[in-house]
Amino acid sequence: MDVLIGIIKIVCALVWFLTLTLYLTWLERKESAVIQDRIGANRANIFGLRLIGLFQPFADAIKMIFKEDFVPPFANKFLHTLAPFLSFFFVAITIAAVPFGDRLEIGGRTINLQILDFDAGLLFILAMLSLGIYGIIISGWASRNRFTLLGSMRGAAQLISYEVALGLSLIGVIMVYPSLRLQTIVAFQGENLLGWIPKWGVLFQPLGFLVFFFAALAETKRVPFDLPEGESEIIGFFTEYGGLKWGLFMMTDFMEIIVISCLVTTLFFGGWQVPWMSADGFHFPWGGTWLLPHGIVVLFQLLAFNLKVFFFCWLQILIRWTYPRFRYDQLMDLGWKVLIPLSLVNIIGTGIVMGILK
Amino acid sequence: MIKALEYFIEILKGGLITCRHFMVNMVFHILRVLGLKTRRKGAVTIQYPEEKKEIAPRHRSLHRLMRREDGKPRCVSCLLCVTVCPSECIYVEASEDPDPEVQKVPAKFTIDLSRCCFCGFCVEACPEDAIRMDTAKVEIADYTRKDLIFDLDKLLR
Repeated sequence: MDVLIGIIKIVCALVWFLTLTLYLTWLERKESAVIQDRIGANRANIFGLRLIGLFQPFADAIKMIFKEDFVPPFANKFLHTLAPFLSFFFVAITIAAVPFGDRLEIGGRTINLQILDFDAGLLFILAMLSLGIYGIIISGWASRNRFTLLGSMRGAAQLISYEVALGLSLIGVIMVYPSLRLQTIVAFQGENLLGWIPKWGVLFQPLGFLVFFFAALAETKRVPFDLPEGESEIIGFFTEYGGLKWGLFMMTDFMEIIVISCLVTTLFFGGWQVPWMSADGFHFPWGGTWLLPHGIVVLFQLLAFNLKVFFFCWLQILIRWTYPRFRYDQLMDLGWKVLIPLSLVNIIGTGIVMGILK
Repeated sequence: MIKALEYFIEILKGGLITCRHFMVNMVFHILRVLGLKTRRKGAVTIQYPEEKKEIAPRHRSLHRLMRREDGKPRCVSCLLCVTVCPSECIYVEASEDPDPEVQKVPAKFTIDLSRCCFCGFCVEACPEDAIRMDTAKVEIADYTRKDLIFDLDKLLR
C-alpha cells in the first residue's frame, strides 16, 4: 500500500511538473507578447477551437517528435545521445524533494505531500542542480565542434561560479532555520511575527533572498545570463542537436525555472503556508476565525504553493524579456565580486544578529 | 558602490516598465474577454488573414491598364514605360491602328510581376495615363513563375 501511494505521488508530481513545463513555453510566448503589445501564438487549434493558443505546446511537441533525429557523423554517438537525457534527468529528479503541502489524512492514513521526505532535502536539490552541468559539458564535448565546446566551457565556468554564490547565500537560511529538511523549514515559516506578520524567510534573509535569486537566475542559463546558449549571436552548447533532443535541453531550462521557483517559495516565501492559516482553518489577527475541514485546508495549501510558484515563474519570464545579456567579464564580476562578498556579508550579519538575539 | 546602487535602481526601473506594459495590456485583454468594449486594445496586432489593414489610396499595388471610352486600351505603345522600368519587366509590341488619331496600339503588353519592384515609374512616365497601380490588390503570390507574367487581357481587367 505504501509503495502504491509512493507511485501515485511520483506520477502526480511528474505530471504536474511536466504539464507546468509545457505550459511555461506557452506562458513565455504569451507573456512576452503582452509585454511587447502583441498577441502571441494563438493559431494552434483542434477542429477550429483555438482557446488563446492553449494547444500550442502540444503542436510544438508533435513537431519536435517527428523531426529527424540527427546525430552528426563526427560526433561521439553514445555521449551525444546521453547528454540531453542526463541534463533532463538531473532536473526532473529534484521534484522528489519539493514539499507540495502538509500531511493529508485519508482513511486513517497520513500521506506526506512530498515524494521523499529526507533530512538533507535542500542539499539534494542543490546537488542535483549542480550535476546538470554534466549534461552541458558532455553535449559540448560529444558534438566535437569547437564552438560548441567553447559554449559548454562558458556554461561550466558560469555555473560553477554561481554555484558558489548559490550555496553561500543559503547558509544564512540554514542558520536561521533549524534544519535542512524542507518540511521543517516550511513548518517553521507557519508562525506569525508580532501576532500578524507571516514569519516568512524573506523577512529574516532579505539579502540572502536577493543573492539566491540572482544566482538562481544565472543557474537557469536564460537571457540575462544566457552566455552558454547565446541563441542570437554566439554559438551555444546544443548547436549540434535537433528535434526532440534539442527539445529536452529547452525543457530542462523551463524545468529549472520551476525548480528555482519551488526553492524560492519553499525557503523564502513560506512554501505551502497560507498566511494566518493553521491545521484547522484561518485564525485572523483581528480576532476572527474561519474553521475549515481538513481536506479544504490541504487544498488551500496546495493552491497557495502553486500560486507562489506561478508568481515566481512569471517573474523570471518577465526578467528574461526585460534585460539584455551580460558581457562575459560583467557576468564573472557579478558572480565573484558582488554576489559572493554579499553572501559572505549576509552570513556574518546573520551570525551577529542571531548572537545578539540569543 | 553608490554607482552600483544607481545601476541597480535603473535595472529595477526597467523591470517596472515591462511590468507596467504587461499589467496595462492584461487589463485591456481581460476587459475584452469579459465583453466590454474599450477604446484602446491590449495589443496593436492585426490578425492578418481575418482582418486586413486598410490600404492607403496612394499605395502602389497591382498594375492595371486603362481603356478609352470605346473600350480599346489607352496605351499608344510609346515605350516610355519600357524605357524607364528599372527592372526591365515590361514588354510592349506595337501594332498599327486604323484610326489616324491613335496610330499605334499595343499588340502585346506583358508585365513580369516576378521581376517588378513596384517602384511606380511606369505610372509616372505614361503620357496617356494608360497604366495605373491603384487596384489595391496586394495578395498576388502564385505557385509558378508563369502565372506571374500578366498579359494585356489580364492587365485590362
